[in-house]
Amino acid sequence: MNVEGLFFYLFSAIMIGSAFMVISSRNPVHSVLFLILAFFNAAGLFLLLGAEFLAMLLLIVYVGAVAVLFLFVVMMLDVDFTEMKQGVLKYLPLAATIGVIVLFELILVDSVWTIAPSSIASVTTPAPPGMTNTMALGRVLYTQYVYLFLAAGFILLTAMIGAIVLTLQHKVGVKRQDVSAQNARTPAEAVEIRKVPSRQGV
Amino acid sequence: MMISLSRYLVVAAIMFFLGICGIILNRKNIIVILMSVELILLSVNINLVAFSAFLGDLTGQVFALFILTVAASEAAIGLAILVSYYRNRGSIAVDDINMMKG
Repeated sequence: MNVEGLFFYLFSAIMIGSAFMVISSRNPVHSVLFLILAFFNAAGLFLLLGAEFLAMLLLIVYVGAVAVLFLFVVMMLDVDFTEMKQGVLKYLPLAATIGVIVLFELILVDSVWTIAPSSIASVTTPAPPGMTNTMALGRVLYTQYVYLFLAAGFILLTAMIGAIVLTLQHKVGVKRQDVSAQNARTPAEAVEIRKVPSRQGV
Repeated sequence: MMISLSRYLVVAAIMFFLGICGIILNRKNIIVILMSVELILLSVNINLVAFSAFLGDLTGQVFALFILTVAASEAAIGLAILVSYYRNRGSIAVDDINMMKG
């Protein structure tokens, strides 16, 4: 077994083990931390496949933003999670049945198939040789898929506005800056000029 | 490449299986359900990137990029809904979310 195979099995085993811990852990904080571990190992698998850009993106976007957001919410909401764990065993037979059926079908499909030669011939965007993965992706993303790229930007904008609208709350009694009121002030109402008599004070 | 495509697909299938089991097992805890959805999306991404690498076609990686975008938006919106729901009701148990029930 060469180094690549070794790393493949290492990353896959840790990823599957941590994914199992995500769904079976009692403490949601541990679940999030195992989710981060699963993402790190998935990034390792992407590196093995030669998709360096996506591997780094997975680390930055998922570990840096999404998983930390999960951690934030889990720690912010004061919820009794142990009570939620009641009745997990009740659903275990159902979960096992559905899961094993899906897994069996997927593995059945995965193990007996070949790539048709015509599908290799009809590759739309072949990876150009002698070019880094990031460079090749950029050349495709900003030309052939530019409209989808813009649509992705709009999705992110919508998500950002939606998240802000959902969580922003206006509290009464909080002093806020009112720029128009500040600009509308005149010297007459803002400044009071008094004649102060000497040696007497105001 | 020594590792065959089928191995990557089987790994992705196992991740998908774990995600589905997570959704069914943790029916009361919506945060773990969201994390299971992330696991499922990750398994789809592994599939796309594996096919992209083995066919020499960059389209799979471009689509994995878009799935990443959608997954990030989904997590942000889902958690925002969760926070505002918790503010209104003081609980995030899935069993309590039945106001729309006829």
